[in-house]
Formats: sequence, C-alpha cells, structure tokens
Amino acid sequence: MGMTISEKILAEHAVQAPGGAGKASVRPGEIVNVRLDLLVGNDVTAPIAVEQFRKMGAEKVFDREKIALVPSHYLPAKDIQAAENAKRMREFAREQGIVHYFEVGRMGIEHALLPSEGLVVPGDCVIGADSHTCTYGAVGAFSTGVGSTDLAAAMALGETWLRAPETAKFVLHGKRQPWVVGKDLILHIIGAIGVAGALYQAMEFTGEAVASLPMHDRFTMCNMAIEAGAKSGIIEPDDITLRWVKPRAKRPLRIFRSDPDANYAAVYDFDASKIEPVVARPSRPDNTVPVSQVGEVRIDQAAIGSCTNGWIEDMRAAAAVLKGRKVHPSVRLIIFPATQQIYRQCLEEGLAQIFAEAEAVFSTPTCGPCIGGHMGVLAEGEVCISTTNRNFVGRMGHPKSQVYLANPAVAAASAVLGRIGTPAELGMTAEDFYALE
Amino acid sequence: MVIRGRVHKYGDHVDTDVIIPARYLTSADPLELAQHCMEPADPDLVRRVKPGDIMVAGQNFGCGSSREHAPIAIKGLGIRCVVAASFARIFFRNAINIGLPPVVCPQAAADAETGDEMEVNLATGEIRNITRSAKYQAEPFSEFARQIIGLGGLVEYVRQRLKRAAA
Repeated sequence: MGMTISEKILAEHAVQAPGGAGKASVRPGEIVNVRLDLLVGNDVTAPIAVEQFRKMGAEKVFDREKIALVPSHYLPAKDIQAAENAKRMREFAREQGIVHYFEVGRMGIEHALLPSEGLVVPGDCVIGADSHTCTYGAVGAFSTGVGSTDLAAAMALGETWLRAPETAKFVLHGKRQPWVVGKDLILHIIGAIGVAGALYQAMEFTGEAVASLPMHDRFTMCNMAIEAGAKSGIIEPDDITLRWVKPRAKRPLRIFRSDPDANYAAVYDFDASKIEPVVARPSRPDNTVPVSQVGEVRIDQAAIGSCTNGWIEDMRAAAAVLKGRKVHPSVRLIIFPATQQIYRQCLEEGLAQIFAEAEAVFSTPTCGPCIGGHMGVLAEGEVCISTTNRNFVGRMGHPKSQVYLANPAVAAASAVLGRIGTPAELGMTAEDFYALE
Repeated sequence: MVIRGRVHKYGDHVDTDVIIPARYLTSADPLELAQHCMEPADPDLVRRVKPGDIMVAGQNFGCGSSREHAPIAIKGLGIRCVVAASFARIFFRNAINIGLPPVVCPQAAADAETGDEMEVNLATGEIRNITRSAKYQAEPFSEFARQIIGLGGLVEYVRQRLKRAAA
C-alpha cells in the first residue's frame, strides 16, 4: 500500500529506537516521534517556551542552527510588556547561540521570512509555535503548528511526537479566471468544507489550477489549511517549487511525492474555472460568498499584507489597483508587507510611492493588524476588509467590530470604493490581471 | 482523580481569539489572563466561575490560533477540565501539556447546560451530570496522553527524560 507525501515525510523523520533513521512506513493514526529540521517561535510564544525549557531542566538547545526566533507579533514593541517579551527571547537567543534570530529591522512575519531565507526546504519536517506554521507545506514539507510547551520540549530534545494525520486530497481542475488567486481558491475550499472540515487532517492540494500557481499563491493556500481545522497543508514540489527554492535553500532538499496507490480519507474535486473571487464574511473563515454577491458593505479600514498575502506579488497587485487612485476619504488602508526584504522591494519598485500617494499607510513588517494587536486595531462597530486569515469575533479589536477576508486586489479596490468591491468596478480588465501574473 | 463542579456551557467552534483576545497575549500570567477569559463572548464568566468548575462545549473547541495562553487562561480561572464534543488539535495538545485534561464526550457536552452540577472521573472516563441524573463514558486518552496527564504536564515528562539521558 502506497503512502501520501505527508506520510512519507513523517516516515523519513521517524525516530527509531535505538540507532537507525526513519521507518519504512507510517500509517494514519500512528503515533510517531519525529526528528525536526526546524523549530519556530515568535515574541508571543517563545517567552513561555523559554520558561518551560528552564523548568524542564534543559540547559542547551539540541541544535542552535535548527531554531528560528522572530519578533513578529508586537514588535517594534507596542508596550513595555511586549518589549520585555522581546528582550527575553533575544537574550535566550544570545545565550544559546541561536543562529536564526531575526531582529527588528531585519525580520518579517516568520511564515514568509523563513522560506524566503531558505530555512525550510522540500522534504523537511517542521513545527512552529504558531498556528500558521502549516504555511511551509507549500514547498513540500510537513509542517504543523504547536504550542509553547511543545516548542520547549522540542528545543530540548530535537524531536516531538505526532499522531500521523489522514490526508484529504483537494483536486482543483481547470484554469483560474482572471483576478482569482490562491486566496480565493483556499477561501472557496474552506467555505465548502467548513472550519472543521479537515479536522486533524493533512490537506494535499493538487490539480491543474494548483500546478499553475506561483509560489506566493501556494503559500497562501497552505497558510490557511489551519482555518479548515487541518494539521497541515501540502503541495508536492514541482519545477515552480524548485525554481523558487533552489536559489534560497540553505540545506539539501528531498523531493517526496504521493504514491498513486496512496490512501486518502477523502478526495474533493473542484472546478477551479468556476471559482470567482471570494470573501469570507464575519465572523468565521468558512462564511464565504463570491464577492459579486456580498452586497453593499461599507468599510472603515482595509488591511493588505500578513503571512497570508504579504508577498511582493500581493504588494504589486495592490499597487496596480491603487496607482493613480486615492483611498476613499472615510477609509484607512494599512499595507504591511511580510518581510524586510519585500518592504525594500516595494521601495525599489516604486510601490511604496504609489501607496503613499494613494494615502495609504505603508508599514514595517508586523503581525499587528491581523491579530488586533497594534497598527490598526478596530473600534466598536467598525468594518475591515483584510487579506489576513481569520475573522473570528474580536479578532482585529472590539468584539463588535467586523472583518471580511479577501484577496489583495479586492481589498485594494474596496479601499478605493469605500465599500467591498472589485478591480473591475474601477475599470480594470483581465489584461491588467495577466500583466501581474 | 475526580473533578466536580458547575458547568459553563458554550457552543461549537469556540476559537482561541474568544478564549483570550490577542491584545492580552503580552502577559503569560495565569491569573492575569484568567481575568479576560472568554471576554468577547461571555464577559460574565470571570465573575461567575468557582474553582473546580468545568467548561463544556460543542465541536472543535479551541480552534484558531495556537496560543497556549488559551488553556492557561481557562486553568487560571480554577477550571480543572474541559469537556467537549471535539477539540481543535493544537488546543488539545496544549491543554494536555499544561495539565488541563481535554475530555471528549459528545453526548455529555450536548446534554449539559450552564449551572448543571457535573462530575468527571479522569481515571475511568466516567462523566456524571448530577443535575440531570445522567451518566456518560468519555473517549479514553491515548496511552501517551494519559502518561503526560498523570505527570501533571509535559514539563515533568521532559524533565524525567532529560534526567534519564544524563544518568
């Protein structure tokens, strides 16, 4: 019986007792101890992990090159406590000689930063103390989110236990319509199966429409696997993956693919050519509707960025919509690219100029707006359209604020219109879209 | 070990942004976090809850963000276990790791209402809704989970493992 790509990666990393690397096979439901290629923590999750690490009696991390610590959430420090958390994380990194500590001004949101730095490569097994760690599945790695104590244990031991997930396959057939990007595909899927539709599963995305996706769209899709309750998301590596990964990779990569006779818990088929740009309405990511049917929704704020849609391609899409236009007088637009490097690209390509002239805010990389932490918290009754990944009650601020999730072009068009709308309403065409692709 | 207390009942898909909003995550102090537990959905909980009470919910409890602050906040209120129809996986792991047993029992969860008197026997998995004179059997924990719960959390497990390795 064949294995899925996720099962193969877990088998490869399974710790045999004693000696011996890997197991011949892994079955869903099996508990495996796996060696880890990368551990990830941020300023919210690492301080607790450090405390737990000490309580465990651990003194040295298992491998100072396999841990990445990123002050992404509340930095530049939003208050004294945030500053103290960052300090604790920084001091731990220094004490342990952690190589991949990224300081403010050199950092980014970890789920865009770490693949960009080549720290996650095909075939890796990764855990991170952040739910969107599933993002790295886009390079064909097995990657899943955990909590701070699990991170501490892994820092001490270099391994963790995992219950091997079943895999659910999502086949996206056909060719995408113009203005439909990875965000729309994943929102459509989450809308179809629900926020618990892939509970505990590995979501494997495949099909013609996925094969045509550039890397940033693949990261977007895998990023939101957690929103369907999944353990992980994954896309088999192909030429597009390798062209992106190889110039960056800091370690050897391994290509795994699902066997033709692998067992899937479910197989979902979608006709991608029928998918339109999608919004998720308040207050759940599965409360989706095509943007053409969302009706008249006035907005107070728009947010474009985050680990979901903070890539340079997302910035270019926003700039294409905003060029020569102004943000609606009653709207605040916050644009937050996902890494320092993308931020610099925005400067170099003239995108920052477009954003500033459009009267948008152009921010240093931060998770702030997405989590209602800082840089754009919402007041009572306010409505925001956002390219982020969650819109649960109170996500971005006041419990009586509302968040709609969408792709960058829709969010940008909405910022101009003052209500949820599309680039087409601004006179943009299919050609404009293909110029971006 | 038997837990007995009053039920605080919630529905499906209670996410961790509701359990503890992100703006409070700069603190890791259980008592501080407890003050804001369930604030967007049930700001009255902090006032109502008594140590030993039990949180009960529908499916996919604890979905969304991985924040360990969520089970920490619940435990900080003095709640000793959560009974739900099902749990989101990161919350499930976190709860076990910090010594807040996540007990799966769809029928017990469905029948219970806020204010019910409930008893949970963690060793046998038996749940009694005393108010409704009903008995249920929870899904057993995996052997590994039981081991962690028995030790009071993952910290103790790793401590012992590191000690054995050093010896």
